[in-house]
Amino acid sequence: MSIARAERLVNLVLCLLSTRQFLSADRIRAIVPGYADAPNTEAFSRMFERDKTELRELGIPLETGRNTGFDGFDPVDGYRIARRDYELGDIDLEPDEAAAVALAARLWDSPELTGAAHGAIIKLRAAGVDVDQSSPAIVEPKVRTAEPSFSPLLAAVQEGKAVTFSYRRPTPAELRTRTIEPWGVVSWRGRWYVVGHDRDRKAPRCFRLSRIVGDVRIIGRAEQPRPDDINLLDFVATTGNEPMHTAMARVWVAEGKAAGVRRRAKVLGSRRIGHIQGDEVELELRFPESAASWLAGFGPDVLVLEPEVLRKSVYERLLEAAK
Amino acid sequence: MSDRLPRLLALVPYLLARPGIRVEDAAADFGVTEKQLRKDLELLWMCGLPGYGPGDLIDLSFEGDTITVAFDAGMSRPLRLTGAEATALLVALRALGETPGVVDGEAVRRAVAKIEAAAGLAQPAGVVVGLGVREGEDTAEVRRIVQNALTARKALRITYYTASKDQITERTVDPMRLLIVEGRSYLEAWCRRADAVRLFRLDRIDEVTQLDERAAPPPYAEPTDVSSGLFTPQPDQLVATLVLEPDARWLAEYYPVESVEELEGGRVRVRMRYADRAWMVRLLLGQGGEVHVESPTDLAEQLRTRARQALELAGNLAST
Repeated sequence: MSIARAERLVNLVLCLLSTRQFLSADRIRAIVPGYADAPNTEAFSRMFERDKTELRELGIPLETGRNTGFDGFDPVDGYRIARRDYELGDIDLEPDEAAAVALAARLWDSPELTGAAHGAIIKLRAAGVDVDQSSPAIVEPKVRTAEPSFSPLLAAVQEGKAVTFSYRRPTPAELRTRTIEPWGVVSWRGRWYVVGHDRDRKAPRCFRLSRIVGDVRIIGRAEQPRPDDINLLDFVATTGNEPMHTAMARVWVAEGKAAGVRRRAKVLGSRRIGHIQGDEVELELRFPESAASWLAGFGPDVLVLEPEVLRKSVYERLLEAAK
Repeated sequence: MSDRLPRLLALVPYLLARPGIRVEDAAADFGVTEKQLRKDLELLWMCGLPGYGPGDLIDLSFEGDTITVAFDAGMSRPLRLTGAEATALLVALRALGETPGVVDGEAVRRAVAKIEAAAGLAQPAGVVVGLGVREGEDTAEVRRIVQNALTARKALRITYYTASKDQITERTVDPMRLLIVEGRSYLEAWCRRADAVRLFRLDRIDEVTQLDERAAPPPYAEPTDVSSGLFTPQPDQLVATLVLEPDARWLAEYYPVESVEELEGGRVRVRMRYADRAWMVRLLLGQGGEVHVESPTDLAEQLRTRARQALELAGNLAST
């Protein structure tokens, strides 16, 4: 931004904040320094339109209206900024609250959200709050937004729009067009989801952003309001989760091998299988499905003894891999 | 859009709240150079109320290296937060509040309430974040010890399981911070054994003891940049071409893969980088017939050999 433009915009904001009357564009042109540079009315209009857009994009509540006088309304629209809508309310944070805010602003690894959080911190500081970001944090959570569909979906949520996109499901493998009215974009354990009303299924559904193929297109207004009682995070967290049920397993581990299994196991006794020396051990397994691929991965270094269902599952994997 | 205008609008109220602040400190708070901040101040000096006479312009008084606002021209408070700004901050705060051991949950709740009140935000945010850290009892205990060491700036002795090498090692490390990324907690530390900065997953630290020695990461120990994910592909890594059946597609979502080619029947061909051969063999062997190795051929051969050896050994078992 040129110096002249920045100066003009600051003066415009100060001028509109200081007036109770709506000021017409002509009045503004006459008063605010900088607009005098416009050689003609057309050039001024272009300049002024651009300035208004910029102020609105920054969230400045630029009001439009007409003053009433003895002889009725003004003939043209004027502008002003209501101070009560412009100013951030009083805020005072205790040191522990300010520390939490400083850490929160650093959570994002995201082009959209990092800038917004920084903008918020600048304003809080301007309101007199001391937010110290120079001292390194001991614990630092980080959240990324790398999916290209993040921005368009968030915008659709905020503007109350319905969207359509291609969605790839791995099992059963299919690529289908989905039409949803999104209620929110949710990050759960580092993965992003969109939750909303699925128009085809006529029910709430959640979709993983990494499985969206191509563009997200807006197709009009959302009609199904977000239910008041829905907790988006719980909805995502409980959808499609393998229930955690632990099971004990007995396995044989070759001597000096499979440290990953041994560190979680209790040795029951040594045992020789074939001509290989090893130990029989006992361990607790969570998520039996993923346990089968984890154990199969060790190949001849680990043999499952029981339960039978796990032994079979590992055996079948190895049979397939041997082909 | 340039971020200069928001800064210019925030500067006067900021200075007003801190009479006599040093230029250097103000510049640091705004994240700009001192030179830039002085330019901003010079510009503001030219701005003011209609009339634009000496009594109408913003007046700043400089004393040595400090600034004080003498006249604010009616700009005494910052602009309210935009929806995006309030969302970015509040969503992050809530995520912190729900994660064990990060910050005082009570302080977070108070901060959220105050910011909501000041920002006047009514509608629910369009973004929700749950860090979702799963933490067993043992890991919670490890975390407490690690956090204590970070606060006390003490070195740690750890017994660590390196999954890529399937190896357990003892290391002395100088803790730097605790990172929470993608639902998992990591200790970032200078590893004296590796002579480099390393991330240690807390649930793979089997034993941990705080030492009397001070933590002393060398000055050139840089924090890990996780902005593009935890796995950064290195040019010297090995690369395999794999065809994934639908049931194994999660591999492409979980590990960074280059070039994805969709095939018939929901299968997909990917190129995947890996640092350690033995790790790759374990990963792929566990997928059974759901992954086909197209190259390198010796990786494919090794997988078959390992599977056959395992079956042969299991045969022994059946006969005993």
